[in-house]
Amino acid sequence: MAPRLLSYSNIDSPVHRLSGVTKLLAFLLFSIAGMISYDTRCLLAMLILSLVVFYVSKVPFKQYSFVLYLILIFAAINQLAIFLFAPEQGVQIYGTRHELLHVFGRYSITSEQLFYQFNILLKFAVIVPPALLFLLATEPSEFASSLNRIGVSYKIAYAISITMRYIPDVQQEYVNISIAAQARGLDMSRKEKLGRRLKNMAGILLPLVLATLERIEKVSAALELRGFGRKRKRTWYKSRPLTKTDGFVIAGAVLIAVAVLVITFWDGARFYNPFV
Amino acid sequence: MRKPMIEFDQFTFQYRAQSEPTLRDIQLTIYEGEKVLIVGPSGSGKSTLAHCMNGLAPHFYPGECSGVLKIGGVDSKKMGIAELSDLIGTVMQDPDGQFVGLTVAEDIAFKLENEGIVQAEMIRRVQEAAEEVEFADFLAASPQELSGGQKQKTTLAGGLVGGAPILLFDEPLASLDPYSGRATVELIDRLHQNSARTIVIIEHRLEEMLHRAVDRIIVVDEGRIIADLPPDELIASGLLREKGIREPLHLSAIRYAGGSLSQEMNLQYVERMNLEPYRDSLIQWSETPMIESPISTSKPLLELENITFGYDSTHPVLQEISFQVSQGEVLCIAGRNGAGKSTISRLICGFHKPSSGSITLNGRDLSGDSIRERADVIGFVMQNPNHMLSKPLLYDEVASGLVHRGVPENEIRERVHETLRVCGLYPFRSWPIAALSYGQKKRATIASILVLRPEILILDEPTAGQDYRHYHEMMTFLMELNAQGMTLIMITHDMHLMLEYGQRTIVLSEGRKIADDTPARILGDAAIVEQAHLHETSLHILARRLGIEPEEKIVSQFIQSDRRRVN
Amino acid sequence: MQSKSFSVKTVVAIGIGAALFVVLARFGSIPSPIPNTNIQTNYAILALFAVLYGPLAGLLIGLIGHTVTDLISYGNPWFSWIIASGVFGLIVGLLARKLRIQKGQYSLIRIQDGEFGLKGIVLFNIIQIIANVLSWLVVAPVLDILIYAEPANKVFTQGVLATGANIATVAVLGTLIAIAYSKTRTKQGSLTREE
Repeated sequence: MAPRLLSYSNIDSPVHRLSGVTKLLAFLLFSIAGMISYDTRCLLAMLILSLVVFYVSKVPFKQYSFVLYLILIFAAINQLAIFLFAPEQGVQIYGTRHELLHVFGRYSITSEQLFYQFNILLKFAVIVPPALLFLLATEPSEFASSLNRIGVSYKIAYAISITMRYIPDVQQEYVNISIAAQARGLDMSRKEKLGRRLKNMAGILLPLVLATLERIEKVSAALELRGFGRKRKRTWYKSRPLTKTDGFVIAGAVLIAVAVLVITFWDGARFYNPFV
Repeated sequence: MRKPMIEFDQFTFQYRAQSEPTLRDIQLTIYEGEKVLIVGPSGSGKSTLAHCMNGLAPHFYPGECSGVLKIGGVDSKKMGIAELSDLIGTVMQDPDGQFVGLTVAEDIAFKLENEGIVQAEMIRRVQEAAEEVEFADFLAASPQELSGGQKQKTTLAGGLVGGAPILLFDEPLASLDPYSGRATVELIDRLHQNSARTIVIIEHRLEEMLHRAVDRIIVVDEGRIIADLPPDELIASGLLREKGIREPLHLSAIRYAGGSLSQEMNLQYVERMNLEPYRDSLIQWSETPMIESPISTSKPLLELENITFGYDSTHPVLQEISFQVSQGEVLCIAGRNGAGKSTISRLICGFHKPSSGSITLNGRDLSGDSIRERADVIGFVMQNPNHMLSKPLLYDEVASGLVHRGVPENEIRERVHETLRVCGLYPFRSWPIAALSYGQKKRATIASILVLRPEILILDEPTAGQDYRHYHEMMTFLMELNAQGMTLIMITHDMHLMLEYGQRTIVLSEGRKIADDTPARILGDAAIVEQAHLHETSLHILARRLGIEPEEKIVSQFIQSDRRRVN
Repeated sequence: MQSKSFSVKTVVAIGIGAALFVVLARFGSIPSPIPNTNIQTNYAILALFAVLYGPLAGLLIGLIGHTVTDLISYGNPWFSWIIASGVFGLIVGLLARKLRIQKGQYSLIRIQDGEFGLKGIVLFNIIQIIANVLSWLVVAPVLDILIYAEPANKVFTQGVLATGANIATVAVLGTLIAIAYSKTRTKQGSLTREE
């Protein structure tokens, strides 16, 4: 009943050996650069680079194959929606109009629109490999220490650790509660009307919320009893010291991000325009 | 001169939300290196006593205290929870709530991380603590891979790692099966033997705690300390029974046989106690004619035939399970965690479909019935009542199954009231569920199932975590239902429950049925007991020492006397 | 439960609240035909937690919960909507607290004190509507345009749908659960047995 999830697996690869801090920084820098830039050349270069790194990481295909379909479906629907809502967006952005094919009414396919949508797809694709890598090649235990290291308050960082720790438990609780509800005749399937389903959902959510509030009390007591929040700083059992390689990778990621931004805004426009 | 580690002097504590003090005039000193057991019925204040020691009260649960409490010679008022945690390491009952790390190693290290200890030293100290609790092979394991007992070992190491001279256990056995519980008792004892640590244990499962020696037992009742005695003296006094705490079974048997206990007899260990003065009366007692209880030989109600099931085809969870349940029977299903106990109940209720085999009720194959249709005839009561209670008010909760089935309103009212009367909850019918006690909530969940008039009730650990009085109330209630014809299937590893109330027990191990017999015979079979993560009862050992054959004779006699005493 | 800016309990509420958010995002949502837009029960819970534990908890439960959901189920964080989730929690928390301060010791939304009457229900819903409009009709589409240069009419259509769906979900589920929760907080002293 549970959908499959992405999760870390322990493989020995150069990417796995990097510190979590490095992977977090590289992921964030790539994401930010990818979000800001609309320069096709930069985006293509970043995509190729991250695919190479992905290959180096030796993460087996079957570990993430199932999300690729989700991502593809999502991208396809998004592309279609953009075309339906704004078939002339590309013409507007690039300032020229090369019509290739008239479909019907106000819809026609132009080179500009195709190029614009290709860019959106690229931006979308550029973020996927670093995000997947961060998730599949970093121990969840390192998330918190890495965030703390780049300046996030340790309390917030530890909250994320608690999230990762208790997702399976809360999920189990959800399953138990919905089983109990179904046994008493609450139908959550599509057979019920939406309104009724929402009401039935409330019947599951109330015990789940109460159980969660109780869990918050217990876990807080356990944290207090072992001195959480006592000092202004804390150390991390699972932090990985930064090596020379980490230094190179971080420096490389910073350089790439800066280069992407410089190239993107060199001519004063965010969009790379091949039409003029 | 022994050094006092915990000193209560005229100590009184009152929670902010309550109108009366929970602890009154506590006068108690625990010395360095002592091992002390604190017992008392639920609501007696024994947990509050623990919370005052580790600082949860008043820092986490606000309240007012008067009098003096010194920990390690320092006034506790001058310390916060964090400072107290340097002196007292606490192990609580809920294994998931206190396992906060993503892996065993991180959880053990948690206190050190908060102290800002450097990584290299942390790794060394975590290793040492893990070795001390014999758990160093599991450092990389995640909590989802561990059993309750293993999670508890982790927490225990996490309490040791900071070097606290006092260890405090708050109901450490509550969520463990008998085998793991015994292992915990032995581990605590080794920790005590091998160091100068002071150990305080709060627990109402006395017999299991007495598996290893304690120096003193303190009895708390209604917020006061009513006894502070060495174990044998306390047991001989009979005070425990008065206060609704269960004494070791072999001692009750001696009392039933007419023996009077005296502390010189080394009472707490059935293996070593002096049985001579009681031998004759016990043997005679075991020969008393039994009142034949009518064993139900009526037609089979529920029948499982060659059930095999697995979440994926390579790892079957259950293999070729077959058994029958007769109308009006009380059946227990036992087995260690992961043996397939709860999977069976889920198959019967229709949450999963078996990969092969059939389930029939009154001879009718159930495979075509939906979860909801099965729920009309088979009621399923989960262990945690909070997972089942989905309405704020008791009446609505019990009515909800009928409302979903579109039963007319006046009939709903009638059936709900009738069910509430049966369950002893009628006076509370317009109360919010949150105002009910744990035992009442549990009964409310049973009421919400009973109102659908099922033919079978399946109960998952109906008495888990309840003290003897509440255990007894719950089981008396279930037996009344049974007397009215309700068939009961109970999934449990509570051996007392099985012995006293089960007519038959099925034992599962690694997805297979390995035994199907009377509880008394099953609990006398060493191989099965081990595979099911149970342990031998002191009654069986008593029988063996007296040469009574077959051993179940003394068990049945015991149950008969026990029922007679209670009714 | 009073928020002392960043107590241990707030940290735990953020962590476990975000875990609940993730679990509900995966099990408790009903897809709608527009991409990126679901009828999501987890926002009802986010609203409740923001009222109970304050704006900081609301913000972080939204941010952490949404990021983790995106990462573990798609491997692809959609930042504009992640930020919008955080903003939703933040605004609900801020407005609920604002009311608390104006009314002295108690807020009009006294869910945790067992009082959640008509006035509280109306206020709770006004707050959630404001927060939903700001997050899904302003923050999310504007960021979509800024970050992804998506067409305005597309993202605002998505925004309108998401706003509507979330307002409806929180109005129904959020209110139901808040009422039910406040009823569980009734003081025992007010109860008598009836024979």
